[in-house]
Amino acid sequence: MSRPGLPAARVLGLAAAALVLLLAALVFGAAVGETRIPFDTVAKAVANRLWAGGHALDPIDEGIVWNYRLSRAVVASACGAALAVSGAVLQSLLRNPLADPYLLGISAGASSGAVAVAILGLGGGLLSLPLGALTGALLAFGLVSGLAVLAGRGLAAIILAGVAGSQLFNALTAFVVTKSATADQARGIMFWLLGNLSGVRWPDAGLAVPVALVGLAVCLVHARTLDAFAFGTASAAALGIPVRRVRAVLIGATALMTAVMVSIVGSIGFVGLVIPHAARLVVGVRHGALLPASALIGALFMIAADVLSRTLLPGQVLPIGVMTALVGAPAFALILIHRPVVGGMGAR
Amino acid sequence: MRLSAANLTWRAAGRAIVEDVSLEVRSGEFLALVGPNGSGKSTLIAMLAGLKRPHGGAVALDDRPLAALPRREAARLLALVEQQAETGERLTARQAVELGRTPHLGALVPWSGRDEAIVREALEAVDMALLTDRMWHSLSGGERQRLHIARALAQEPKVLILDEPTNHLDVEHQLGLLALVRRRGGTVLAALHDLNHAAMFADRIAVMQAGRLVALGTPADVLTPDLVAAVFKVRASIETGPDHRPFIRYAPPAPAPAETPAW
Ligand SMILES: Nc1ncnc2c1ncn2[C@@H]1O[C@H](COP(=O)(O)OP(=O)(O)OP(=O)(O)O)[C@@H](O)[C@H]1O
Ligand SMILES: [Mg+2]
Repeated sequence: MSRPGLPAARVLGLAAAALVLLLAALVFGAAVGETRIPFDTVAKAVANRLWAGGHALDPIDEGIVWNYRLSRAVVASACGAALAVSGAVLQSLLRNPLADPYLLGISAGASSGAVAVAILGLGGGLLSLPLGALTGALLAFGLVSGLAVLAGRGLAAIILAGVAGSQLFNALTAFVVTKSATADQARGIMFWLLGNLSGVRWPDAGLAVPVALVGLAVCLVHARTLDAFAFGTASAAALGIPVRRVRAVLIGATALMTAVMVSIVGSIGFVGLVIPHAARLVVGVRHGALLPASALIGALFMIAADVLSRTLLPGQVLPIGVMTALVGAPAFALILIHRPVVGGMGAR
Repeated sequence: MRLSAANLTWRAAGRAIVEDVSLEVRSGEFLALVGPNGSGKSTLIAMLAGLKRPHGGAVALDDRPLAALPRREAARLLALVEQQAETGERLTARQAVELGRTPHLGALVPWSGRDEAIVREALEAVDMALLTDRMWHSLSGGERQRLHIARALAQEPKVLILDEPTNHLDVEHQLGLLALVRRRGGTVLAALHDLNHAAMFADRIAVMQAGRLVALGTPADVLTPDLVAAVFKVRASIETGPDHRPFIRYAPPAPAPAETPAW
């Protein structure tokens, strides 16, 4: 994309292509697994559920497709999109290629919240684990932003406050786990921390999808604004950007998105860090293209990672965070190697 | 459009960096801001551009207080070329200039052919039209500086503020740039290090020293051997050119008096 504006027809065409890709990936995610289910069975199952298609299907197959795999693939895609877009926004806003959605203490806070509910029994059974995680994530984010505001307005202050907050909450989690958890509980928490889509059902999708869509929309509205941060915050302000307000809105939006996703599936690493870099290689740095591309690639990547985590070891499900890191780390290395040399001649 | 500052003060680390500076850049005027390193030029400029909130005093565009203007509206009236601004993003030269249109675009005002034309003109004005597709990182310091200036031009501001715009530029482009800014019209405030540039192009010169405004007037009034000696610590003789503008000829620094003869 070489110009800020593309003809509307091309934008529509690209959006349609992206939607088709996403739907294909969802069907693929629903078909592949321990028992392979033919694509047309998947299609019929969806038809049955969505508009009473009336196809005669094996109820077990239909149940697997609809109740387990499809809901899972939908949540995976929403999480992947939300994390990748959050990462892209934070990297631009904080002018730091290493920024990821967990930078501001969200995953550390979520784990503390989860542990507090699951092991300490906080909330007396009224709080579910996801709700505990969400509370912890938001609490940690609030603390980190407060610290950042107190520490000054610089970008470094935000990043350092995030590091401090993350360390604090990680230490709290470790403290509770070593002090009070049984071996089984510790293992369960560990599994949850690495990302886990096993328990995901349609109500989770009903939360994840709208949150991802709204978050993406908020970020997209600010696409041109994010472009203006290329030369720093002073330069953005000189171009008419109300820097502090934009920063608060976008950091808040990405934090909420991330906190909700983490509370549903645990803190899946690497997606928010790597996918934006991959998307930049494909569509360039302009956010009008970068954000949708990040969302799409993030969604596809997460569906694929989930399928892999279910099928790699027969009879065993790996934490999806293990898959994203196993694929993400080498991918990141490749991007680093192929990134044109900064400051060198002929960087094109 | 007139840019005026009243009693501007900015403090940091317990001392005044800029202290009680009042000045007015008249509509259509080219005002040069000169002063030694650390005299507070960039700090004053940041306040005038609305990027730093003054600890005392106020800035106004015509009669409207700058602090009361929405940022976006201010950016349509006033553009700034910073002393230094870099990016780690993989932008092209053209994209760096296109950012200048930001304050004019919006959800309901998409990129148009007019924006395209303005960007092309700005690139041509700084002699960068042939390098538009080059990556930012592959450009030289002077080429980057020219793109920063093109971005400010693409903003179509009524007031242009430049912080050492001739940084990194070769002689041709230094003079070309200042002539361009002058020719373009509009109100200009430029921090300059070369006093002869200030003498050649400015209508008036403001002199900063240790955070204070110590002189303000026409080049001929301000650039005297005494002032140059007092503010810049160099000896100079001033000649008057055929255009009645002063020309400064610097004398080499006096050799340090030897304590004892070498022989
Ligand atoms: N945030 C700050 N904290 C402490 N000191 C500062 C701060 N900002 C600027 N200064 C000091 O204020 C003085 C004026 O700085 P300023 O950048 O305005 O100078 P300048 O006239 O633009 O200099 P130069 O010609 O080198 O660009 C310098 O001594 C600088 O070190
Ligand atoms: Mg300066």
